[in-house]
Amino acid sequence: MSASPKRRSIGKTERPELLSPRELRGIVETVLRLARSTDTAETEVHVDEVADALTRFANNGIHQNVFEHVLTVSVRLAAGGRTARATTNRLDEDSLRTTIEASLSLAHSQPRDPRLPPMPGKQSYRAVNRFVKPTAALTPEDRARAVRLVCDLAEKKGQAAAGIFSSGMSQTAVGNSRGLFATYCETHSQFSITMQEDPAASWAKADSADVRNIYPQKLAERASEKAHLAVKTTELAPGRYTVILEPAAVLDLVGFMFYDFAATAVQDKRSCLNDRMGKPLFGKNIRIVDDVFHPLQKGAPFDGEGIPRQKVLLVDRGVPKSLVYSRASAKAARRKPTGHGFALPNEYGEAPMNLVFSGGDSPVEEMVASTDRGLLVTRLWYIREVDPYEKVMTGMTRDGLFLVENGRVTGAVKNFRFNQSLIEMLKNVELMSPSARTTGEESFEMVVPAMKVRDFHFSEVTKF
Amino acid sequence: MWDFCTNALERAKLRGASYGDVRVMHLRQRDLTTKNGQVGTLAQSESIGIGVRVLANGAWGFASTDRLTRDGVAACAAQAVSIAKASALAKRSNVVMAPEKAYVDSWQSPFRKDPFEISLDTQLALLLAADGEMRKVKGVTLTETNMQFRKIDSWFASSIGSRIHQRKVISGCGIGATSFQGGEIQKRSYPNSFGGQHALEGYELVESLDLMKHAPVIADEAAALHAATHCPEKFGTLILAGNQLGLQIHESIGHPIELDRVLGQEANFAGTSFLTLDQLNKLKYASNLVNVVADARLDHGCGLGTFAYDDEGVPAQCTDIIKDGKFHGYLSNRETAHLIGLERSSGTMRTESWNRLPIIRMTNVSLLPGTWDYNDLIADTSDGILMETNRSWSIDDRRYQFQFSTEIGWEIKSGKRVRMLKNPSYSGITTEFWNSCDAICKFDHWTLWGTPNCGKGQPMQTMGTGHGAAPARFRNVKIGTAFSKQ
Repeated sequence: MSASPKRRSIGKTERPELLSPRELRGIVETVLRLARSTDTAETEVHVDEVADALTRFANNGIHQNVFEHVLTVSVRLAAGGRTARATTNRLDEDSLRTTIEASLSLAHSQPRDPRLPPMPGKQSYRAVNRFVKPTAALTPEDRARAVRLVCDLAEKKGQAAAGIFSSGMSQTAVGNSRGLFATYCETHSQFSITMQEDPAASWAKADSADVRNIYPQKLAERASEKAHLAVKTTELAPGRYTVILEPAAVLDLVGFMFYDFAATAVQDKRSCLNDRMGKPLFGKNIRIVDDVFHPLQKGAPFDGEGIPRQKVLLVDRGVPKSLVYSRASAKAARRKPTGHGFALPNEYGEAPMNLVFSGGDSPVEEMVASTDRGLLVTRLWYIREVDPYEKVMTGMTRDGLFLVENGRVTGAVKNFRFNQSLIEMLKNVELMSPSARTTGEESFEMVVPAMKVRDFHFSEVTKF
Repeated sequence: MWDFCTNALERAKLRGASYGDVRVMHLRQRDLTTKNGQVGTLAQSESIGIGVRVLANGAWGFASTDRLTRDGVAACAAQAVSIAKASALAKRSNVVMAPEKAYVDSWQSPFRKDPFEISLDTQLALLLAADGEMRKVKGVTLTETNMQFRKIDSWFASSIGSRIHQRKVISGCGIGATSFQGGEIQKRSYPNSFGGQHALEGYELVESLDLMKHAPVIADEAAALHAATHCPEKFGTLILAGNQLGLQIHESIGHPIELDRVLGQEANFAGTSFLTLDQLNKLKYASNLVNVVADARLDHGCGLGTFAYDDEGVPAQCTDIIKDGKFHGYLSNRETAHLIGLERSSGTMRTESWNRLPIIRMTNVSLLPGTWDYNDLIADTSDGILMETNRSWSIDDRRYQFQFSTEIGWEIKSGKRVRMLKNPSYSGITTEFWNSCDAICKFDHWTLWGTPNCGKGQPMQTMGTGHGAAPARFRNVKIGTAFSKQ
């Protein structure tokens, strides 16, 4: 018997199909059956399938257009406090046997780890449905027509459009020899556009499981207007400014904090939350949860070991309240696992992947109207950590930095470099918009608000 | 594998492709890590599949599959042509490529010891021993080690008649010690940060690093940094060690010379470049001492950017990028070479895997050695700061303004290294910085550093690049901005 399901052929227009739930389960069961012939105590199988397409455009035309269909099987064997992982994308039984043997051979070569927990047994999961048929059915022609539309708009405005329109679907299954089995599938789509009007540019982007929630023309119009507004810039001196960070700018900054909430990071003393749990750290208006079930979130409702994800209150009224735990870090801390562990074996433990910031009720327009002098930030770029404990981040503003004076946008200014502590920033939040699903270019998608922040530190200015 | 290639090319032609190239790739990888004396990651993976790139109706399409059957490959090729025809609905003009010959060849990167043939016991024992050496040092709170090995076979075929097989073996290894104390986290890495040194070599790379000798040194430094003086904020003389200079080259020379960026093709994500076409052969990029090449040939060394042919079937080349300080050349592919009137691609199309489209990538973008002995350079510096091993890096989307910080700094006074400095950083404008270079060490101090994690493209691809560098001196550099409290 072969584990290889008969994959559907792809027609003239791109309408790939994922494996059926039965086929997915069949691969897991085949691996578990093959592994029983080894002297291994426990076996875990991950099956991941991706069918993704991405249309890329620049200079008002499509220049790259790609499609991939990938199916991988990953096997982890564990015995006597030893475990290792081997992965393949070959599904015939001989290849799966070789992969099982590779995992076994790797595991046998390591010293025993007495902390390695036994694999978990059967779990129950809260169902989530994030598979949207119109997204799965999107064709290259559909994407090309949308791109044509925005390129035509750019040409009419004397601008150049560049960006992507992507769509796809993925599914994952986790099963083990102790009876655990979990599956999840979703669709995804993104549209990102940069409008260039020499020497300026601006940007807009959207992400959704449902492509019907993505409006390329609106995004193009928004980027186009801001690019035009940014053509003439003045240079301001570096210093501390009140900033209005649009949601993408907030996302790409606070996204760098997610690993700090991992119990393993704290146990390793590399988290900015070392010695700070339970103490006031941010402003009282900051509340953060990790919630995979939030209606604007995506992702599997279980972790790398198949443990159901819990909703976790990370920060309440500015005080770090809880961390997330894998089974191993939970045992070390005498806590319960929260379902945030990475696939084993790994050295990082776990992380919250579905952050939701509680927002406020001040739209960006209101923030602008309330500001005597400040800067409106479209997005940030090339953000890196300078100081891991004070969480000082550096990076650049990009694609539209605007001066706000006496409650209105009065012009564009040259881009700044910032060196800013995130801890300090989250103490200085004056206003927040309602939170929204947000996508940037430096962090994974989250639910965050726009923020008005005082005393944001810009250290240097660049040439444009 | 050649049958799959031929099958795909024939099917693409039947469906209407005017040009096609295909890559069957088989990638094998082994990852080992330890943390605090325990094994962290222990994993092995393989991936095999085919990527088909075609031109139809004057536009590009690309499809990939891991279904390596006659039907699977044929469907993939047909899909690529369908996508190309869809691209043509929104094309700007017909794609034209600079001419290139057909090649039939087979090449294997040189290595002395196949890392996949070295026992795991041996590899883990070395990492655990180095980890143990670091943990002996008081004040060290986290120890990490890693090895990574890759073996990549690729079979490239194109409709102009090329058939090229290449096998590459890549090794990487590094160790790190972290110390948390008094509300401060300090880290030291060897031989470089972010995974250490990586090269197109076998296990001999690991053996050459002498981890056991360096483990206690970096552990001592990590713990000692807490008590070190803070790097001052000033304009002054900066000496960069080779492992930091490699990343400086990568960010402020390697990326801006990518012709796809220059032509706006990366405007939405990776950004553009200040090196607009009018700057070619005119811009004074750097001081007269500075000579930079992009060299993918084996003659340059076994770097992460070394190969025999790129993933478009163009032979490896050496391109002058900066010659005696003047900007001299771009990284190009066949399409962009034609767009700016070059006779030939510079051979820099590279792909991460069979399911990714080849894009313009750095090869080995290296600063050629100078004439200084390292000890003479230090002795010749009356007041300066030496910075080693990158800690953070950032540069704007046109590659003008940058800021780097390093794990450790050393104050130089009256020609001598006098004391350790913590939290060092420097910043500047690319051309001003390179024009301030007044000394480069000679070949004895030159290393071809590997950057294994360069991200570019949509969907994102990670690529390894090489950067030869010897320590160099720069004058009147802005120092200490990253930690300024102003």
